Amino acid sequence: MSDPETMLAGLPQDEQDLLRPLVVTTGKFWYAAMILGLICCFGLVAYLRQLRYGLGTTGLNNPEYWGIYIIDFVFFIGISHAGTLISAILRISNAEWRRSITRSAEFITVLVISFGAVQPIIDLGRPDRALNIILHAQPLSPLLWDVTSIGLYFCSCTIYLYLPMIPDLAIIRDRKIKMPGFYRVLALGYNGSPRQKHLLEKTIGVLAVAVIPVAISVHTVIGWIFALTLRPMWHSTIFGPYFVMGAIYSGIAALLIAMAILRKVYRLENYFKDAHFNNMGILLLLMSCLWAYFTFAEYLTAFYGQEAAEMRTFWDKLSGRFAWPFWIMVLFCSLIPFCLMCRKKTRNAWGTTLASCFVVIGMWLERFNIVVPTSVNPRLDLYQPAHYAPSWVELGIMAGTFSGFILLYMIASKFFPMVSIWELREGKESVVELTHRVSDYLPETLPPVGVQPAGAAAPL
Amino acid sequence: MPRWGMVIDLDKCTGCRACETACAMENNVPTASDDQLAEGRGITWMKVLIQVSGEFPQTKITHIPRPCMQCDNPPCTKVCPVKATYMAEDGIVAQIYARCIGCRYCANACPYSVKYFNYYEPHWPEGMRRQLNRDVSVRLKGVVEKCTFCHHRLQKTRESARAENRNLAEADYQPACSEICPSKAIVFGDLQNPSHRVYELSRTPRASRLMEDLGTEPKVFYLKKET
Repeated sequence: MSDPETMLAGLPQDEQDLLRPLVVTTGKFWYAAMILGLICCFGLVAYLRQLRYGLGTTGLNNPEYWGIYIIDFVFFIGISHAGTLISAILRISNAEWRRSITRSAEFITVLVISFGAVQPIIDLGRPDRALNIILHAQPLSPLLWDVTSIGLYFCSCTIYLYLPMIPDLAIIRDRKIKMPGFYRVLALGYNGSPRQKHLLEKTIGVLAVAVIPVAISVHTVIGWIFALTLRPMWHSTIFGPYFVMGAIYSGIAALLIAMAILRKVYRLENYFKDAHFNNMGILLLLMSCLWAYFTFAEYLTAFYGQEAAEMRTFWDKLSGRFAWPFWIMVLFCSLIPFCLMCRKKTRNAWGTTLASCFVVIGMWLERFNIVVPTSVNPRLDLYQPAHYAPSWVELGIMAGTFSGFILLYMIASKFFPMVSIWELREGKESVVELTHRVSDYLPETLPPVGVQPAGAAAPL
Repeated sequence: MPRWGMVIDLDKCTGCRACETACAMENNVPTASDDQLAEGRGITWMKVLIQVSGEFPQTKITHIPRPCMQCDNPPCTKVCPVKATYMAEDGIVAQIYARCIGCRYCANACPYSVKYFNYYEPHWPEGMRRQLNRDVSVRLKGVVEKCTFCHHRLQKTRESARAENRNLAEADYQPACSEICPSKAIVFGDLQNPSHRVYELSRTPRASRLMEDLGTEPKVFYLKKET
């Protein structure tokens, strides 16, 4: 193999920028990968210990049956809504600024789903019997709905990531910069003929529509896992939509963090521009308002009824043992992101990334505040409230799965361009079409900017 | 088809907890160390709950023995993804330990928190192992278990009644807790059979069930305290 820089030298500028990570790997990458790999190994050791000695190695008890694993499960699947849902909505609405962010978003989705889906299996007392879910399926169980919808979601998201990547894979194949056999197989003989292109775009369009209900079903069903039990503060009709909204919120935040890191380490300032951060920041602002609205609605409903069992959990959250996680969640999910995102000045790359960090932590806490306080407060008030403190095994597995996701994302960025090359080019070519489209919306009699119609008042 | 149920007279219960012990011995419920108990991982299929009411010195203590409520509309069986818990024809909510995947969804769904998860391999002090009940399977770590109304006793007695070609009498099938209760506070039988004591008792004005408003239709009745 020749020197990577000379290999890239003859290529157009965009290909040089976007394909460089595939052939040039810095020392920092290896360091980061090594550290993440070590944390993964630690998580693996923790899991092996749990496999050997059972769930007695966790901080769980009777009746605190669900802890860190279920929290992470909801959290990861929530993050996965970043990609596909946002990318599908932007594609359908023809938002031009989507072009450079869809790929990185879709990668988050596909990679994080697997780490989310594995959490309930880690949580099982008998993981060796996990296949019973298929062998002895009981269709009335929301857990089974969940397995079905996550499975469908994972498949459709993988296809939805792969199809729009085919033209880029063909570019890599043609440039012969890396592993020719691998990319030849993946590119499926794509050569950019009008017929292929037409078929591809049509399929992407259909998929983008089809994937939205699937994505919504996934987090709705996760909400239902809780809402369909009779537990105080779980048994609520708002949980389905609340979970979907929270998922999109944390997803946008995770995507913003990923964009900021990619932009910094791969010098993609020309592709992830301030306009992108600004637009995504507005989405974040909208979601922070929605979050506050949903949360208020949920807690008001519980409070107003004053049902004794509900109130025990309610006060435990607001002023009891869970007051810290609760109020930090409120601060991180609504106040801080709202204040940062409502001002144009702080809606830049730094501001949105900072707000996103708060949102991601806040949304993890939200899942904690849903799972734990209800679990430790049994409905029957003759029991003492239980306690919960995660063990090192649980925290180790959590650290391992978080690092595992980041590591896989890093590795993916070494094999696939994180910004869609062909869609960007198409965006540039579509300017003519764009002016045409815009003129469709407007009255034809409108004069161009700067020209005063006859008889109009002078501008103020 | 009989509907097996239980009536517990709270006036008669002295809180001696003989039912807890008899239940644990009968059903091979593993013992827990002090550490495990402090972690909140002890298993008690039958548990005597304590309700304190009134202000000192006028405090009143009620002991409430709590087996599985054996609901007619059980919230736990619906959520099980593998049908490892289900309601048998005679109304008893059963557990299939060999199929349970240990997701603990049923335990979370139970409003009475009667389900217990095995966090450890079952353990008994030396010597106690030799007197395990052969009619009840020992549960391995990682599965959920709960009171079954000593269902194995029903299976046994039903067989012998069939062999002797006679109907089941009330005394033929009694779970360990009602059998041991020294003050006869726990009465067990067929709720639909007028010749069984529970038939009358469950229909007296004193009878009520825990959290009836949830609509779970428990088959365990409590006779409220009058003294």
